[in-house]
Amino acid sequence: MFLINYIKEVAAAIGSLLKGMRRTGYYFTHHKEIITQQYPDNRDHLNLPERFKGEVVMPHNEANEHRCTGCTACELACPNGTIKVITKFDITPEGKKKKAIDKLVYHLELCTLCNLCIEACPSDAIKMAQTFEHSVFDRSQLTKILNNPDSKIMDGVE
Amino acid sequence: MSLSSLAQQIHLWLLGHMSEQWTLVLEMIIAGILVISFFAVLGLVLVYMERKVSAWMQIRLGPNRVGPKGLLQSFADTLKLLIKEGLTPDGADKFLFNIAPIGAIMVSMLLMAPIPFAKDFQMWDINIGVLYVSAVSSLSVISILVAGWSSNNKYSLLGAMRSGAQIVSYELSAGMAIMTIVILSGSLSLTEIIQSQQNGWWLFKGHVPVIIAFVIYIIAVTAETNRAPFDMAEAESELTAGFHTEYSGMKFALFFLAEYVNVFIVCAIGAILFLGGWMPLHIGEWTAFNHIMDYIPSSIWFMGKTFGLIFLIMWFRWTFPRLRVDQLLKLEWNYLLPISMINVVLVTALAILGWYFK
Repeated sequence: MFLINYIKEVAAAIGSLLKGMRRTGYYFTHHKEIITQQYPDNRDHLNLPERFKGEVVMPHNEANEHRCTGCTACELACPNGTIKVITKFDITPEGKKKKAIDKLVYHLELCTLCNLCIEACPSDAIKMAQTFEHSVFDRSQLTKILNNPDSKIMDGVE
Repeated sequence: MSLSSLAQQIHLWLLGHMSEQWTLVLEMIIAGILVISFFAVLGLVLVYMERKVSAWMQIRLGPNRVGPKGLLQSFADTLKLLIKEGLTPDGADKFLFNIAPIGAIMVSMLLMAPIPFAKDFQMWDINIGVLYVSAVSSLSVISILVAGWSSNNKYSLLGAMRSGAQIVSYELSAGMAIMTIVILSGSLSLTEIIQSQQNGWWLFKGHVPVIIAFVIYIIAVTAETNRAPFDMAEAESELTAGFHTEYSGMKFALFFLAEYVNVFIVCAIGAILFLGGWMPLHIGEWTAFNHIMDYIPSSIWFMGKTFGLIFLIMWFRWTFPRLRVDQLLKLEWNYLLPISMINVVLVTALAILGWYFK
């Protein structure tokens, strides 16, 4: 009984080692699998992964409309005070007051790119961009206002 | 024009110009220079090969900036190591610290002596080549122990002690694996072992027991040369490079070179014992095929087989994770040693009964 277990163990070990070697052997012979990006050379046609997190941006459509309702969920979710939502009150055509954003201030120099704000956002107003060349000479340039000037909230986003 | 005829011509030319004693002295000097330059070339080639192989196995590109395809990368690295400062730590035992890398490289040089690089081309044809190789290769542990001890660093000492335990235990099964071939060929001389494989390599002639011995030999020499998955002595992540933590510049380069030359030597011995050294591949009655194989020079056969085994060992290194110390010793004492002992008995029975292909 002991001997059978012993032989089984050896066979299983050899089998799993060969499995690993087959994987690396496959990579050795298939150079198309190489994932290295030769960065400064291929700057014009970078091939970044979909989930790459560079900085927080707010997408706008052609009519200069965004989806942000000014609910401050992102500001509350942020662990280190990167986002500051400054709200204002718009007057709707019916004469009612409606809350909207004046400025969404984003401090890139404080951001750890943890993605918590994007997950917290109920209306998908912000997302992560794939830019990563962030170095500037003056740190005040790292404080960004995400919404475009004179932008409005998209219709139908509550 | 083979290497042996070239050596013969040089020998005759020297004899015609000077006395026999001076010929011997000059030939020794030539052989010494050849070995040193071979070491340098081998180091460059193997470092480049290792970096490319590791990169491709890890889906990376590897060196590709210096020279075409990064071929000059190892030259650049060697140049950097040459002009670096060779530090000796304050608390170190200065004499032993400086002599350890020289010891490591000396052992590798001694091991070069009996290896037949091509047909009739070897420095020293002794009748106990196998015994000499296994005896001298175990000296390499001394330079590692001395390096670890004299560095006055706990990481170095731990690495050296681990390496001692490892080499002492794996030497046993490597010796057993070598013994199977000695039993089958009935000789300790490397030349005669190669001659006995005229009609087929031992790996093919010896049935399953020789294949088991070959696998055990490869595992044991991977451990003996301190390479991953058995790189306990260096263990970058645990011991910050172990026994050569305190070494820098050329002294570090000598250890590095000694490691790669040792890999080459154990693979050369493996190729000689199991794959027929410089013997071309012959298949039974296929006369035409055998003739074509004979046209390939014997030195190419030897280097091809050796580099094939080196590639295998690199493949191991970049596939398997490092073992723990207890797993390492368990693998040797619970698995490799009993299996190789039974294997030696099997091979002895095989040799006595004549059940191998002749």
